[in-house]
Amino acid sequence: MERFDVAVIGGGPAGMAAALAAREKGATVALLERDDRLGGILNQCIHNGFGLHYFGEELTGPEYAKRFRDKVLADAGITVFLEAMVLSLTEDRVVTALSPTKGLVEIEAGAVVLAMGCRERSAGAIALAGTRPAGIYTAGMAQRLCNVEGYLVGKEVVILGSGDIGLIMARRMTSEGAKVKLVAEIMPFSSGLKRNIVQCLNDYDIPLRYSTTVTRVTGKNRLTGVYVAPVGEGLRPDLSREEYIPCDTLLLSVGLIPENDLLTGSRVEMSRVTSGAVVDEYRQTSVPGIFSAGNVLHVHDLVDNVSEEARIAGAAAADYAQGALSAGETLSVTAADGVRYALPQRVHAGEGTVRLYFRVDKVYRGRTVVVTSGGEVIKRKKTLVMAPGEMQYIEVDRALFKGDVSVRTEE
Amino acid sequence: MDTTCIMCPMGCALRVEETDGKVVVTGNGCPRGAKYGEAEFLHPERVVTTLLKHERGGVVSVKTDRPIPKSKIGEFLSWAASYRVSGAVATGDALAEDPVGCGATVVATADYEE
Repeated sequence: MERFDVAVIGGGPAGMAAALAAREKGATVALLERDDRLGGILNQCIHNGFGLHYFGEELTGPEYAKRFRDKVLADAGITVFLEAMVLSLTEDRVVTALSPTKGLVEIEAGAVVLAMGCRERSAGAIALAGTRPAGIYTAGMAQRLCNVEGYLVGKEVVILGSGDIGLIMARRMTSEGAKVKLVAEIMPFSSGLKRNIVQCLNDYDIPLRYSTTVTRVTGKNRLTGVYVAPVGEGLRPDLSREEYIPCDTLLLSVGLIPENDLLTGSRVEMSRVTSGAVVDEYRQTSVPGIFSAGNVLHVHDLVDNVSEEARIAGAAAADYAQGALSAGETLSVTAADGVRYALPQRVHAGEGTVRLYFRVDKVYRGRTVVVTSGGEVIKRKKTLVMAPGEMQYIEVDRALFKGDVSVRTEE
Repeated sequence: MDTTCIMCPMGCALRVEETDGKVVVTGNGCPRGAKYGEAEFLHPERVVTTLLKHERGGVVSVKTDRPIPKSKIGEFLSWAASYRVSGAVATGDALAEDPVGCGATVVATADYEE
């Protein structure tokens, strides 16, 4: 059994930032990654736009990853395990992993940071009707095949879902010579960033249809086409208005699921809204010494926020391992009136400020965000516009906490 | 020309027209939108990211080191599709100088080990 102050599971942006933050506190760190290099999904995101908040400049995904990877690899206090698949995690923080080079590895850690990221919802997850031909990919899988492996997955493409990965892949496939015939979005709005709609779709005259979904697919060996139809009440497709679009490829950009399988059967309390753990402001879960950050905690739209969040978790994990993280009663943070969830879900009263991150349930213009504690309003913030695809935050003074906290919006 | 302002999350719907040699932006909520609309109308530019093939197989991700005119993107992508990289590549290496005549250098955004 090897012993480390902090074990970080996952070597993407969250894991690397957490490991570095733990090191700044003097902790010894084990960083476990299942791929053969650090960087996670950033390695396949060759487009630019990363790092504007964190580094104050625009970087591509691989460049953003490299900034952290170089620091991690240069730090003798971080032991990196590559191609290491973590099989289990116990409540007393024993991490068991399997790797081709090191065999079965057992690590006893003073604290653990979960940074496994998320995976994509698949054709099965959305109960896609029709045949099961080749040519149906999740957008991220197509992105990896294209940008890392160098394979173009198809020539005539329909994309279901207008999340950022779908939009980015519309441009990427077009750049590589494919024809993207349509992006269909079931909702009346896109969860993607405005900038991506303009620069990935409009720049290339790729049509985007809202309130439209794929109703079934055709093709025996290879996809031959998809049927699309507008949706009405309750997102039900109007089959009388079905339209056939011949294509050889369907990309799915229909949502991400935090990859928390490691917690199955554990006592870590989970949120039904985020599909991640319930955490306090240190990103500590309900099991002491186990922390969570990045997309495994809740799906982010900006990697800059992931890095920021993981730094909090990494530093707190180091404190916990060294017996320096103050415990104490927590207050609950809940969401209401247009706020889908707020995170952290628990906070400690005390000094300084804490940022409450939240997402709204639809597009709001000119709303006021209100934070209450113990029934009293402790903060109000007017906003111009809030969209579900863009994570919001509000900073509150912890000294004002008098009881349970609620984040809501009002006219 | 109709477009969406991307300067902030508001996403104002802009209309940009030229009347009597003067560019007029409407629909913007603030001065930044007017500036963005005018630039998009007169000389839209983008940083382009794409892949170059390596002669030993595999791909190298690249970007233009500065925005290039939108009208040049097609030509740039055609150049990228036919170009072959050789040798080891480190992030930040200049792989080609000004391939489509607009002053932009093509820079590697990832490493390639032979």
